[in-house]
Order: sequence, then C-alpha cells, then structure tokens
Amino acid sequence: MSAINWFKYSSPHSFYPLAGRMVPWFLGAAALFGITGLYVAFFVAPTDFQQGESYRIIFIHVPAAWMSMFIYLVMAGWAGAGLVFNTRLSGMMARALAPTGAMFTFLALWTGALWGKPTWGTWWVWDARLTSELILLFLYIGFLSLTAAIEDDRRADRAGAVLALVGVVNIPIIYFSVVWWNTLHQGASVSLKSAPKMATTMLLGMLLLAVAFWLYSLAAAMLRVRSIIREREPRAAAED
Amino acid sequence: MQWGSWAEFWAMGGYGLYVWGSFAVTLVCMAGEMTSLVLNERAAQTRNGEQA
Repeated sequence: MSAINWFKYSSPHSFYPLAGRMVPWFLGAAALFGITGLYVAFFVAPTDFQQGESYRIIFIHVPAAWMSMFIYLVMAGWAGAGLVFNTRLSGMMARALAPTGAMFTFLALWTGALWGKPTWGTWWVWDARLTSELILLFLYIGFLSLTAAIEDDRRADRAGAVLALVGVVNIPIIYFSVVWWNTLHQGASVSLKSAPKMATTMLLGMLLLAVAFWLYSLAAAMLRVRSIIREREPRAAAED
Repeated sequence: MQWGSWAEFWAMGGYGLYVWGSFAVTLVCMAGEMTSLVLNERAAQTRNGEQA
C-alpha cells in the first residue's frame, strides 16, 4: 500500500524523461484532433446565415482566445506554486508556458482583427474585450522580458511569479468584459449555464480544434521545459 | 458538403482573404514554434549521443 508520490515528478531530474516520453503522444493526438476539427470546420459545418463564410474564423479565434487565458492561469498557478513550495520545476514550467501563451494571445488578436474587418467594418476598436486581451499580450511580453533580464534563474523565477500573479486579475476582466461593459464584441457563444448559441456541428468543430490547441500547448510546454532543464541543470538531463 | 468547386472553396464566399489570412498565420505560428522546439530537442539528443 503506497500512495503515489506526486512530488517525485516535481524534481527536474525525474520530470525530464517523463516530459520527453509524453511529447509524441500529445503531438500525435493534437494532429488527429486538428485534422478532424478542420474537416468539420470546412466541410461539415454549414454557412452562417448572417455572416456567410467569414464566421469560419471562429473555429480558431475562440480556441486561441481560450488558450491565451487558460495558459496564463496555468502559468500563474505554477508561478504561485513556485513561490509557496520553492520547487525548482515550478518556475521552469511557468517560463516554458509563457511563449506559447503569448503566441495564442497574438493569434486571438490577429484572427479577431481579420474577423472584425468584414463583420464590424473595422480591424480594431478600443473596447473592453479587445483592450483587455491586448493587456494580456503585454503581460506575457512583460513576464518574458522580466525573466530574461534577470541573470540569476531562481531570482528571475520569483520576480516573474509576482508579475504573473498580479496579472491574474486581468483574466476575469477579459472573460466578463462583454457582460460588464457595452462592447462591440459579442457575448460568450458557449457557456456552462445555457445551451450553446450555435449549430451543433459548428460547436463540434470549435471544440475539436480547442482540444487540438490544448494538446499542442502541452507538447510545446514539455519540449520547452526540457530545453530549460538542459540549460539550467545539465546533470538532470544527461542520463536520458 | 456546401462547396461546388475548389475555386468556390478558396473564395470562401468573398471572405477568402480574411478566412485564409487567419488560418494561414495560425498554422505558420504553430508550425514555426513546434519546428524550432523539435530542432532544439534533436540537436540536444545528437550532442548527448556524441558524448556517450
């Protein structure tokens, strides 16, 4: 009778090979979900009666926006764990997630601009949803610059963790911005409290691509944390 | 299936630039990030192999 020792994998030494073994599975599954999702998005989901084909941007816009917020929460979670438990891996995980989170934030803004132009008539408006998402991008960039600027890795982790935790306040602001303020941006298409406001096949395509993005992010984070471990603790990586 | 031809598919009902501009940039970003990460991993494994 022995409980699983979760802290075993909190050491870079044992996490390094585990991360390496997980990558091909995550990537394979991401490709599977991605291809199925794209098929549903372009060949199964019907044309929108109001927006025509331009609505198909939703299939990557919404998953990218979800990932931009979700990765930030996970990053801040690791950062907080690093401050509390002082575990080395936590700071590494936070820093491994940041570039991918920043990329999805950029993609949410980019696809949003390309969707806004044909439907709203403008690439950009300074409304609550768009502005708070832009602030999220600046938070990611701030985290990356701050941690990169501090020579001592552990000190960089702690400084980054404080910034990441303070920035968490922005996440509910993004999420509820469409409720709290009058914005050009539409309300949530999918919520836990009510039936989705979209056709089932549209929802299916969006969810499949969201899962694909999520698996992709896991693979990217695992590969990047391995690279960070190699750099900081070469001995932990050498035996793999 | 709602597309009469491939030309219609690429045109996206006149929104081709917006739709494909979104999907192409997303694909380029994700493929670019993953390629750089995988190349980094491969290089490290090669270095390890040479040391052993």
